[in-house]
Amino acid sequence: MYWTLFLTFVKIGTFTIGGGYAMLPLIQREVVDKGWLSKEDFIDLFSVAQSLPGIFAVNISIFVGYKLKKTLGSIVCALGTILPSFFIILAIALFFTGVKDNVWIEKAFKGLRPAVVALIAVPCLTTARSIKLSYAQMVIPIGAALLIWLGNMSPVWIILAAIIGGLYYGLKIKKY
Amino acid sequence: MIWLQLFYVYLKIGIFGFGGGYAMLSLIQSDVVDQYKWISLQEFTDIVAISQMTPGPIGINSATYIGYTAIHNAGYSQGMSILGSSLATFAVCLPSFILVLIISYFFSKFKNNKYVAAAFTGLRPATVGLIAAAALMLMNKENFIDYKSFLIFGAAFLLTWKFKVNPILMILLAGAAGIVLYW
Repeated sequence: MYWTLFLTFVKIGTFTIGGGYAMLPLIQREVVDKGWLSKEDFIDLFSVAQSLPGIFAVNISIFVGYKLKKTLGSIVCALGTILPSFFIILAIALFFTGVKDNVWIEKAFKGLRPAVVALIAVPCLTTARSIKLSYAQMVIPIGAALLIWLGNMSPVWIILAAIIGGLYYGLKIKKY
Repeated sequence: MIWLQLFYVYLKIGIFGFGGGYAMLSLIQSDVVDQYKWISLQEFTDIVAISQMTPGPIGINSATYIGYTAIHNAGYSQGMSILGSSLATFAVCLPSFILVLIISYFFSKFKNNKYVAAAFTGLRPATVGLIAAAALMLMNKENFIDYKSFLIFGAAFLLTWKFKVNPILMILLAGAAGIVLYW
């Protein structure tokens, strides 16, 4: 059982490029279709894993592992998710320092870097759109971005302020 | 000393990394690049590019790569550097373990918890700011070297935003564009 769990999560860790949410359909197929969890349980786990800090795919695998086989199960599942990317990146870290100064690689990376910025800017806008920010609420992300970018503030303070502000707004004003 | 710092930084990233990989980037960058200067901003951008093309979450990828590089650049051997990458990867996952194990205990209480829901009314908009900060911090002279950089940025933005081009394909196209434009 542990071996099957491990292999399943190795598969999930290996075949999902782009991380996090891209993994979801595969995790669901593996875990729900094998009958390990009901669809309802999986959706519950998903929504809780989403509200936790840390790496989403790791959180989900720890949850599933714990649900099935307690602590040992959670370690086995997490290792399955982590190890494929760990070994791949380790290989790249060992190898990349050697090829970094190759002229062609250098030219390719000159083209890549601005594209990476675009690849981060797009999810920023799509997230802003999906959570339906009002114009008044826009102050929060704009202020947060400026404080980190120009004010050199640590994101940790922004996150703590957001939690405290959210608790105050949610409990005192909106009264959840 | 560097071992403790590495562990502390990635533990912190694991604890405060709300809102997914992209939101985590500004957290990683502010410590790893700005404060401890383990890698340059350019190298950091390269890691993000590599992460987009390789399997696995960006949080793991960055921990593994930066753990290796930080220890390696501090003058340690290859074996010790591999240990460094294991340490950083372990540190970033440790808070998840502790939290999930605690929450599994009283899962049903956590599921529709009003405090969690309230906290997220603040966290959700802040996440957008964290992602924006990550993008803004990467828009500097190391990554935008001339007008061609802006051309590539504009094209990549349009292709991803309007035509939903897959990130892996986008990275490959941008790499090819770099080779052609800087021939």
